[in-house]
Amino acid sequence: MKSLKAQQHPLSKIAYELEVLDAPVKGVKFEDKLAESDLFPLKPTQIDILQINMGKMCNQVCKHCHVDAGPDRKEIMTKETMNQCLNVIKNGTIKTVDLTGGAPEMNPDFRWFIEEIRKISESIDIIVRCNLTIILANPKYHDLPDFYKKHRLEVVSSLPYFTATKTDSQRGDGVFEKSIKALKMLNDVGYGKEDSELKLNLVYNPSGAFLPAEQSGLENEFKKRLKNGYDIEFNSLFTITNLPISRFLEYLLRSENFDNYMEKLLEAYNPVAAANVMCRNTISVGWDGFLYDCDFNQMLELKVDAPASQHISEWSQKALVEREIILKQHCFGCTAGAGSSCGGATA
Amino acid sequence: MKTYYNPDDLKNFGKIGEFQKPMADKFFEYYGEVFKEGALTAREKSLIALAVAHAIQCPYCIDAYTVDTMEKGCDEEQMMEAVHVAAAIRGGASLVHSTQMMNKVKEISM
Repeated sequence: MKSLKAQQHPLSKIAYELEVLDAPVKGVKFEDKLAESDLFPLKPTQIDILQINMGKMCNQVCKHCHVDAGPDRKEIMTKETMNQCLNVIKNGTIKTVDLTGGAPEMNPDFRWFIEEIRKISESIDIIVRCNLTIILANPKYHDLPDFYKKHRLEVVSSLPYFTATKTDSQRGDGVFEKSIKALKMLNDVGYGKEDSELKLNLVYNPSGAFLPAEQSGLENEFKKRLKNGYDIEFNSLFTITNLPISRFLEYLLRSENFDNYMEKLLEAYNPVAAANVMCRNTISVGWDGFLYDCDFNQMLELKVDAPASQHISEWSQKALVEREIILKQHCFGCTAGAGSSCGGATA
Repeated sequence: MKTYYNPDDLKNFGKIGEFQKPMADKFFEYYGEVFKEGALTAREKSLIALAVAHAIQCPYCIDAYTVDTMEKGCDEEQMMEAVHVAAAIRGGASLVHSTQMMNKVKEISM
């Protein structure tokens, strides 16, 4: 399967995607709901998390991917941009560096970058969003579990379900079996054990046009099924709602689920989740160094509303903290039900 | 094409109070209470509702509880097993009556 960009699909054109997303849902705009909750304009609380997209290249082509990542995507963060990120980590208030992609490990300078972050701080939290199959994709990646362990990275990995059918239908044929092997490799070096400091967290997202299950109940079910079926352990399950952009938006439109899904998100709007949205304490860095309110706004090319600080090279903490967060209809995805963020439920 | 069942009518279920509000209010309050997490989990209750929806063959309920069970984290295999429970009870309910037929046969046979 090719990326939407390689297919030259209309939804790979951002202007068209934004046009689709601009329509009110039953006459309601996201800003209206935030105003009802006294949260408009939405402002940051602080900047704790620097989420860095190290490139759009990936060994998988997942059907719901909001990045439209895949082997045919060549956008990769350069060492120069990474050095600019290091300057911010050195001088800023960042508590967590969250590395994502694509498959961040496919960036040739991935290991160097992590070693440099650790030189700056032994205590800063570093998260790697590992798709699991990358560990088995090539012999040069087989030692990744040891590398993660050496630098005490938190590993966050997608596993949409504890069965092959559902996982493979979303992430590609054979992904479940490879993911199980990779999880075993991570368990073998100490990740995911109950008393271990090496955290292995899994991400569940629905395989279709419906909302995720309640997080703690599903975590118990995942733990039971993965332990009994495959002797695999992990720490926490994060439930994430699919946001209606990129490939998931393409699926919603093609399957004629778009209107119903948007209404479902609107009806499930939760003001507590709205107050806790991740864009209030996160800055997302694109592969080319531009700054965004979140990974989704990054894919929609909606740069932060801070004209003096739109690139990592011109980072201004003050300008970023004082900015207004850019909102579109896809934001309903983060405020539905128990809420959704890169760390799971928020309410 | 006109049909007796319109999927969009499911969204209007909450509006039945338009014709009789006190009873509708009591029903929805009771309904909400029933499906809360209790001695049974919300997930278990949703699977029971899915099975009952098939037993009573209510298209609205089948749509509603197919989505609800998926949103409770159930997979297709679990959902189909719940429907088989309904089918087994319905099938069994017919078959267990065959004992009456057998009794009658024996009663009138030499």
